[in-house]
Amino acid sequence: MKHIISVLVENKFGSLNRVAAMFSARGFNLESISIGETEDTEISRMTIVTRGEDQIISQVLKQLNRLVDTIKVTDLTRQPHVERELLLMTLKLSKTVQHEIFELITVFKGKVVDIKQKSITIEVIGSPDKINTTIDIFRPYGIKELARSGAVAIHRGE
Amino acid sequence: MHSSGQTLNGSEIFFECLRRENVEYIFGYPGGSLLKVYETLHEVKDIHHILVRHEQGATHMAEGYARATGKPGVVLVTSGPGATNTVTGIANAYMDSSPMVVFTGQVPSSLIGNDAFQEADIVGITRPITKHNFLVKDVRELAITIRKAFFLATTGRPGPVLVDMPKDILNSSCVFDFPETIDIRGFKPTFKCHINQVERAAQKIAKAKRPLLYIGGGVISAEAAEELRTLAIQQNIPVTMTLQGLGAFPGNHPLSMGMLGMHGTYWANQAVNKCDLLIAVGARFDDRVTGKVDTFAPQAYKIHNDIDPTNVDKNIKVDLPIVGDAKNFLATLLEVMPEKKENREPWLAEINVWREQCPLTYSSEDDLLRTEFVIDEVSRQTIGNAVVVTDVGQHQMWTSQFYTFINPRSIITSGGLGTMGFGLPAAIGAAFGIKDRPVVLFCGDGGFMMNVQELVTAVHNKMPVKIFLINNSFLGMVRQWQELFHQEKYSFTDLGDSNPDFVKVAEAFGCKALKAENPESARQAITEALAYNDGPILVDFRVVKKDMVFPMVPAGGSISDMLLARLNPKTMV
Repeated sequence: MKHIISVLVENKFGSLNRVAAMFSARGFNLESISIGETEDTEISRMTIVTRGEDQIISQVLKQLNRLVDTIKVTDLTRQPHVERELLLMTLKLSKTVQHEIFELITVFKGKVVDIKQKSITIEVIGSPDKINTTIDIFRPYGIKELARSGAVAIHRGE
Repeated sequence: MHSSGQTLNGSEIFFECLRRENVEYIFGYPGGSLLKVYETLHEVKDIHHILVRHEQGATHMAEGYARATGKPGVVLVTSGPGATNTVTGIANAYMDSSPMVVFTGQVPSSLIGNDAFQEADIVGITRPITKHNFLVKDVRELAITIRKAFFLATTGRPGPVLVDMPKDILNSSCVFDFPETIDIRGFKPTFKCHINQVERAAQKIAKAKRPLLYIGGGVISAEAAEELRTLAIQQNIPVTMTLQGLGAFPGNHPLSMGMLGMHGTYWANQAVNKCDLLIAVGARFDDRVTGKVDTFAPQAYKIHNDIDPTNVDKNIKVDLPIVGDAKNFLATLLEVMPEKKENREPWLAEINVWREQCPLTYSSEDDLLRTEFVIDEVSRQTIGNAVVVTDVGQHQMWTSQFYTFINPRSIITSGGLGTMGFGLPAAIGAAFGIKDRPVVLFCGDGGFMMNVQELVTAVHNKMPVKIFLINNSFLGMVRQWQELFHQEKYSFTDLGDSNPDFVKVAEAFGCKALKAENPESARQAITEALAYNDGPILVDFRVVKKDMVFPMVPAGGSISDMLLARLNPKTMV
């Protein structure tokens, strides 16, 4: 099953490499990984999406904890949390489908960030599942390029 | 000795920190990026630098020293090739959890990333084989980084730590400030076992009819042999040990079952098969121990104590995990054990039947020289009191079977990584640490050649290492697998035509050397070697070519698949 893991790490060079290398060295699945500074500039937050049976996930969590640069490891999967991913996608644009595309952007609560004669670039924010659906729905219109941020997640407040 | 508050350059800070970490020996090799360090070293009298002949040798020496003494081994090498040559030794120390701090020189900070002369990204290269590693980017960070490196290497599950030091950092100066205490927020190993878990373990032990202690190297690194002995004897529980755990419990005690696993004793493996309670302490359920995991200790309730939580439930799902220090676990267990215990005599009697059914034996009818005889004889003559170092292969497994280990820190061997070439430098390193017990090396003719250059280090420093070369002119363990599983295709394992004359090799290095070709001359050579303390001595034991190590559980097999003897007796010598 899919797990979303939040990891606080020292904001030092090599921290991301240590985590990513541990996943590849131990053969763990790594669906996405994203990292950014937190409110404390010495600490970064990593959000990792992985898949595996409970025994594997338990190893993933322990191996993450074992790294000296990791400060706190939390499996958010079964806890109240908010999970978001950003999608940027450039689509082919033509008069015949223009209307449909705009309607779909509204349905997915997306935004138009750039528009040209023959292309349109949109952003959509949502859970990775929503992003998957968005891509599936827009695919028939012709995707020229897309970029996904990978998920970021955080505990819901008290 | 300088004090805190003085302005020192990086090289001076380096030695000041080592002094404060009580370092006796550095195993090292100079080079371009370390010139400043070696300039400072020229005036250092209280820390001994041992010049090796290859950086891999330095790492194995440091590990041999660490395993013999319990103190961290220290390595100092230059950038680029000096650093990359340490990789095997670091990986070895990582797999066997040996405390070690490796200092590498690095090209000047301004050149890092430019493919400079003798540049290698050693921090990147060693990330997966170190407990942690550091690149020092500012001379003001040097002292605290060294403090952290020793702390990490020796705290919790021990392991190697690498510190990469660019040349400009070693040349520049700052006010020296040695931090007495250290706190790393991402590193908080659990020492104290959870009392409820230990109490549950005590209840299980008290009620068990067929308990078995399965002991790994963790008991030795935690200095917990005393507690183990008390528990086993008080509770009348048989003890089986892993390769790294040998010596944790006296091998001559009736409760000792010897080693378990692939080349373990028949009775230890049968006991694993039939026990109703398995108490694993400081062991990690390695594949060489378990064989097929589904059939490992199928009837047992499993308790697992380990300092490293990642070892728990990694290979085998256990019933009662107890994370913490082995000494703390065993000591606490002794405090909370109930008075009443089960009668274990029927269980011990059952084990004794297995012991009598398939004892460890070897043929002594002919006048041929066998490895088992050599090891047996060394064990007798040293009364189990030697520090025994091995290389990797058949002789290593025979050492586990035929040397009777009495005390902890008596076997130093490459278990996890299985590094041929480990033995000779590790034995030299052990001899630097241990002066009051003989240091004995059993080494095959294949592995000996892999770090033969370190004979110079042994001769130059007059290290009284007894080098017992088990020479069958074959890569014996590979040959054994070829015979058993690869249709007797002895592909590139026969060294007979290409091996040098080892006596002449040793003599060319200035090392005393003897040769033995039959049991009687072997016995005499062993006596002579053990009495010789004026430097190293090598004995070239010309043993039979085609002996195999039994019992053997084929890789991935169950204990019931254990081979007790050769399948095809025609292939005997």
